[in-house]
Amino acid sequence: MSTPIRVTVNGQPVEVPAGSSVAAAVARVAAHSRRSVRGEPRAPLCGMGVCFECRVQVDGVAHVRSCMTPVSEGMQVRTDD
Amino acid sequence: MTEPMTEHYDVLVVGAGPAGLAAAQAAAMHGARVGLLDAQAQAGGQVWRHDVRRAAPRAARRAFASLENVDVLARHSVVAAASHSLLVETPDGARQLRYGSLVLATGARELLLPFPGWTLPGVTGAGGLQALTKQGWPIADKRVVVAGSGPLLLAAAATLRAHGTHVLGIYEQAPASAVHAFAWRLRHWPARAVQAVGLRARLAGVPYRCGTFVRAAHGEPALSSIEVEGPHGVRRIECDQLAIGYGLVPNVELAGLLGCELEHAGAHPHVRVDSLLRTSVPGVHAAGELCGIGGLAAARIEGSIAGHAAAGAYGNAAALLPQRTRERRFAALLSQHFALAPRLHALATPQTLICRCEDVTLAALDGFSNARDARLATRCGMGACQGRICGSALAELGRFPRSGSRPPLFPARLATLAVAEAESFLPNDYRGNRT
Repeated sequence: MSTPIRVTVNGQPVEVPAGSSVAAAVARVAAHSRRSVRGEPRAPLCGMGVCFECRVQVDGVAHVRSCMTPVSEGMQVRTDD
Repeated sequence: MTEPMTEHYDVLVVGAGPAGLAAAQAAAMHGARVGLLDAQAQAGGQVWRHDVRRAAPRAARRAFASLENVDVLARHSVVAAASHSLLVETPDGARQLRYGSLVLATGARELLLPFPGWTLPGVTGAGGLQALTKQGWPIADKRVVVAGSGPLLLAAAATLRAHGTHVLGIYEQAPASAVHAFAWRLRHWPARAVQAVGLRARLAGVPYRCGTFVRAAHGEPALSSIEVEGPHGVRRIECDQLAIGYGLVPNVELAGLLGCELEHAGAHPHVRVDSLLRTSVPGVHAAGELCGIGGLAAARIEGSIAGHAAAGAYGNAAALLPQRTRERRFAALLSQHFALAPRLHALATPQTLICRCEDVTLAALDGFSNARDARLATRCGMGACQGRICGSALAELGRFPRSGSRPPLFPARLATLAVAEAESFLPNDYRGNRT
């Protein structure tokens, strides 16, 4: 297997296999990706870019679907606490 | 390198799953300039989704290797459509793709039905958890229950097990009599029977219970247990993940936006096509799941037919029609034996959230008989998923059908919308409210 990719999620360093999704990195650190309009924690549901439950902030860009976004070295991810 | 903002293809294929891959390959054989676009980072669609830890199946590897003469446009999401042109959003900005003919191979999504607790972190689709797992989701040693309906449950469970998951059980809503009748009919489809036996062997020791469904999920703040009801009563199962899907729904949004006629048999529309897979819009072809759920083999054959036809090679397309007829017969068998039991429509309580984007409960939707009125009064379906989850669920529950497609097909950046406006991708009535 190729070298793992290092990213940070909410400031915490995480290593995931190359080719992983941001969702996979988030799941190693945080129990949820976003909070709903009434404040409930939510995590990925559909896994294929349809439901938008996995939205996170990636390198400052909000509302990125983490299940559809491949990790890249040094990426900074923030979930909605 | 920055890609040009506008590009022209003789044949443009939307969706790089098995149908789209076959279409692109077939069209390219005739010398057409072919573009194959997909919103995902890698070709393969859902069935052949890239697995970070395991090699792709041989058929998938062969399909990927056949794309030398095809422009593969990954991470391209279609936002809007005009005559012979699509507006797409990429990580580097908006692009316009013009085409001579178009093949729609947009596939399907999972049917996800609301039940108490379905919004808890830890509850995913069945194919959903399979997809997440293939892309590195940490699943090893987790206790997972797979539930819902259809053969996809077995495929999902097999992937999960191969990644080191403890699959506690597979709960199929169809009664044992229907599943056994299906298995008996499989004798006419030896390749399928071999596949099914192979899957079952990979799942040795995992209980497979029919006539059984998940009533509720519990946990705070995330999933910790589920309630399962079957022929022998209700029981509670402690688990870390629930992977639950009730079959597939064709992704007809782009076809609808293009004006292709839809077939409204059952709760979920599919695209109407003629025998050469031409839609009602000249130059627009469709293949695979969006013509009605048909599975992998049907998708591959239909992709080839549509690709040949899109390149004008009608003889090549027609030669494949008998194969298509056979594969579609198998699909009919599936839908007949895995029909959803009416009791699944009654799982959601008045307090259960139906629209997860806007947190709208089932009770809030009482009294509405169409999607538009419900949306205006409750915001149901107005969130980021644009009703793809709640709209399909409400249609399945018999409340009201989903409303038609409008651009943008997905939430898009302002810069993309500016291009959409400048290049006349938005309908005229979008300009009416300007002051």
